[in-house]
Amino acid sequence: MDMETEKKVVANQAIMTARNVDVFYGKKQAIDNVSLDILENEITALIGPSGCGKSTFLRCFNRMNDTIDICKVSGKIEFAGQDIYSPKVDVVALRARIGMVFQKANPFPKSIFENVAYGPRIHDLAESKAELEDIVITSLKRAGLYDEVSDRLEDPGTSLSGGQQQRLCIARAIAVDPEIILMDEPCSALDPIATAIIEDLMESMKRHYTIVIVTHSMAQAARISQKTAFFHLGKVIEYGETEKMFTTPDNELTQNYISGRIG
Amino acid sequence: MRDLTLTTSDQLKKRHAKETRFQWYGRIAILISLSFLVFMFVAIFFRGAGAFQQTKIGLDINFDQTLIDPTGTGDPEIIANANFKPLITKSLAQAFPEVTGRSETRALYKLISSGSVFELGNMVKENPELIGTSQKIWVTATSEVDLYMKGKIDETISQDLRRLKDRDIAWVKQLQESGVIKRKFNTALFNNGDSREPEMAGILGAALGSFFSLLVCFLISFPLGILTAVYLEEYAKKNRITDLIEVNINNLAAVPSIVFGLLGLSIFLNFFNLPRSTPLVGGIVLALMTLPTIIIASRSILRSVPNSIRDAALGLGASKTQTTFHHVVPLALPGMLTGTILGMARALGETAPLLMIGMVAFIVDIPKGVTDVATSLPVQIFLWADSPEKGFVERTSAAIIVLLIFLVLMNLLAVYLRRKLERRW
Amino acid sequence: MSDTHIVSSFSNDLNQIDSLVLEMGGLVEQQLHNATLALQKEDRTLAKDVMKGDSRINELENELNDVAIKVLALRQPVAVDLRTVVMSLKIARHLERIGDYIKNTARRTNTIAKAGAFTGSLDTLARMSELVQKMTQDALNAYSKRDADAAQAVRESDKHVDHMNNSLFRELLTYMMEDPSHIGGAMHLIFIAKNIERMGDHVADIAKETLYLINGEWPEGKREKEDITSKMILDVDELNTES
Repeated sequence: MDMETEKKVVANQAIMTARNVDVFYGKKQAIDNVSLDILENEITALIGPSGCGKSTFLRCFNRMNDTIDICKVSGKIEFAGQDIYSPKVDVVALRARIGMVFQKANPFPKSIFENVAYGPRIHDLAESKAELEDIVITSLKRAGLYDEVSDRLEDPGTSLSGGQQQRLCIARAIAVDPEIILMDEPCSALDPIATAIIEDLMESMKRHYTIVIVTHSMAQAARISQKTAFFHLGKVIEYGETEKMFTTPDNELTQNYISGRIG
Repeated sequence: MRDLTLTTSDQLKKRHAKETRFQWYGRIAILISLSFLVFMFVAIFFRGAGAFQQTKIGLDINFDQTLIDPTGTGDPEIIANANFKPLITKSLAQAFPEVTGRSETRALYKLISSGSVFELGNMVKENPELIGTSQKIWVTATSEVDLYMKGKIDETISQDLRRLKDRDIAWVKQLQESGVIKRKFNTALFNNGDSREPEMAGILGAALGSFFSLLVCFLISFPLGILTAVYLEEYAKKNRITDLIEVNINNLAAVPSIVFGLLGLSIFLNFFNLPRSTPLVGGIVLALMTLPTIIIASRSILRSVPNSIRDAALGLGASKTQTTFHHVVPLALPGMLTGTILGMARALGETAPLLMIGMVAFIVDIPKGVTDVATSLPVQIFLWADSPEKGFVERTSAAIIVLLIFLVLMNLLAVYLRRKLERRW
Repeated sequence: MSDTHIVSSFSNDLNQIDSLVLEMGGLVEQQLHNATLALQKEDRTLAKDVMKGDSRINELENELNDVAIKVLALRQPVAVDLRTVVMSLKIARHLERIGDYIKNTARRTNTIAKAGAFTGSLDTLARMSELVQKMTQDALNAYSKRDADAAQAVRESDKHVDHMNNSLFRELLTYMMEDPSHIGGAMHLIFIAKNIERMGDHVADIAKETLYLINGEWPEGKREKEDITSKMILDVDELNTES
């Protein structure tokens, strides 16, 4: 057993480590002493009942919680060996390296091209127009959307279907070449087919990126993730291999939650 | 299973009756308010419609060089200072050879507006080649003749009680017979400034005064209002100070406009010594008055920009300022513009604050800039409504119609901008 | 762990699976008891009843398969629920196999009784059968109560069945060596003993699967198998020296 885990660690380095993280909204504690490692090129799923803090925790990774005045984060979160909450860290640069996809597809009310080009533009990633086009097309391809929109890149992003919009948002996140992509319930508003397309996409994205996904659908967590963390009342109750989590969870709370029991 | 058809029939009837009754209450309420509105429009329109036409009298005028420019210099100054009155009296004497005697000729001359000499003067100034020729010129009749022509003078009442005597009426009838008295489109109403003579009075001065005031008001209130709204909504931390500011902005929106007038009087006129009665000060005062409205409207528009857009930009690594100015403000701008236009429309109709800063004066000159003394449309309406001359009654209504048209146009512009620029998200 | 699912019909479905397993188990116990009785008394009618009774067990297994497939398709069970469904399928399979062995035993009983063939060691066979009945009962109790200790105990008691089978085999071999006319009956008895020994193995597997259901992992180490009949030969002395 120990031998096995050791082998895994060798295969996939921890790209992000959280140690003793607490998050407070005013006086209310949303995250209570959470420590876990996110491994490179894996999909990590955060599951748990509503209000358990999984989204809050996800937003700690790219400091999106900074936008909320009353939110205080303590503890240590390291990304590629640097403490991301150190005052020296440039949040803008951090967010460029840790992309985010949100629950509701939120394309800018601009053209498909402009949506994807926005990130590279503000970060000066392209030297020329041709290079920018190249980035946009590569990103759209990686998000599996290019074939569907190649002839209408100037159409507004909002004219796409829900699933396409969400993939556009993924393409937009990919365009700034991040190392980690955080996804906050990306499929909660999509139909099963669109969901399946995105799940398939995530599987293929795993080669280039590390993905952390918050999901309400345990079946989705089971289908796509390699690691699953179960949050309950701001704490991580159980964290480990997804396969084990869904067949033989160690903790009774986890078991009750994933099997749909009262408790 | 309960029977769905029988048991409820009685209740059903009652319920239907109730629903119908309520629908009718609503319809009646709408009908009443609509009829008030229609009544107002119709009344104003009928009263004001006459003012768009004006009685003119056709006179054969000999532009005698000896009277206008005796030395033949062609110097505009000499032409401007020339006395054109004899041209008219000569022409009248030709038309009415039977009228003699001093008081008679004076009475005859009174049929013609005293402003017509300026009309002739301007005509010659623009076309100096007229000098020495004889032309048929349509000069403006006095307001009294105008009213008579529009059938607004009752001939049956004693002539002592009216300014147009029986003798004058006889002359007018004589003119009518020879076909040289006509009603024409009232250009004076749109080309002239204010005047003591109703027939020469126009709204151009007031309209331009309003325009310059609104221009100043827009230039001040739009940037200020929008920057304030953006700062309060996007940047300011929520604490006591911002709460206090917010409460005060809301209070300011409810302050009676005359208070802003007093403020303008004491600060801008007395303290800063800005020129009195000018659109500059008027505009500043109106800007103060519209600012709270614009701020409140802009803030609510900003708040309606979904947070997901901000999240999307921030999540891509855009800075706060980039997020605000690349995404949030462009999305909110059409709404802000609409709010501003509506605020400006309100300012256009505002009278009270302008009274306090002296824009209520009798001003004949047409303002050419924001520092020229001027009045404004609503104040002009107020002034005319206050005038004793009967000829001003229809001009008041006409000015109201013009003002209403401007207001409707501004509102339509707001609707158009909203439709055109609004983006779906 | 709470037993109540938020979706109560899900709990109902799982309860139905449990009760079907227990019903099958009860039927198997009853059949085995009757088959043993028929053998002891050489009662052909009872033996025939037992042969007929097996079809009910098969029906129950089919029914359980249907319910389990429905639950898998409609509820997508995970964790303990998933293990319950999958293990119940396996347990039912074992019970059905046990039922087949019982049916075979009854058929052989019928044959022996009809031919009036040699019988011997019937008491040992009966004791062996009783032991398997007891094990079945314990295994099903362990299943229904999710009692890991009890299940472990069942696994361990299987070796006693093996021991008995070994000695029976030896006994019957001896009978056959004594008198070739015994061979016909004794052969059937050897097969019956073998049947019962196989039943014991199946019960032990049921216990093993119950343990997996409870713990989520297979019990460590191999179960001691003490069935050495496969190494026995006519020469009894040789056999004795070897063991």
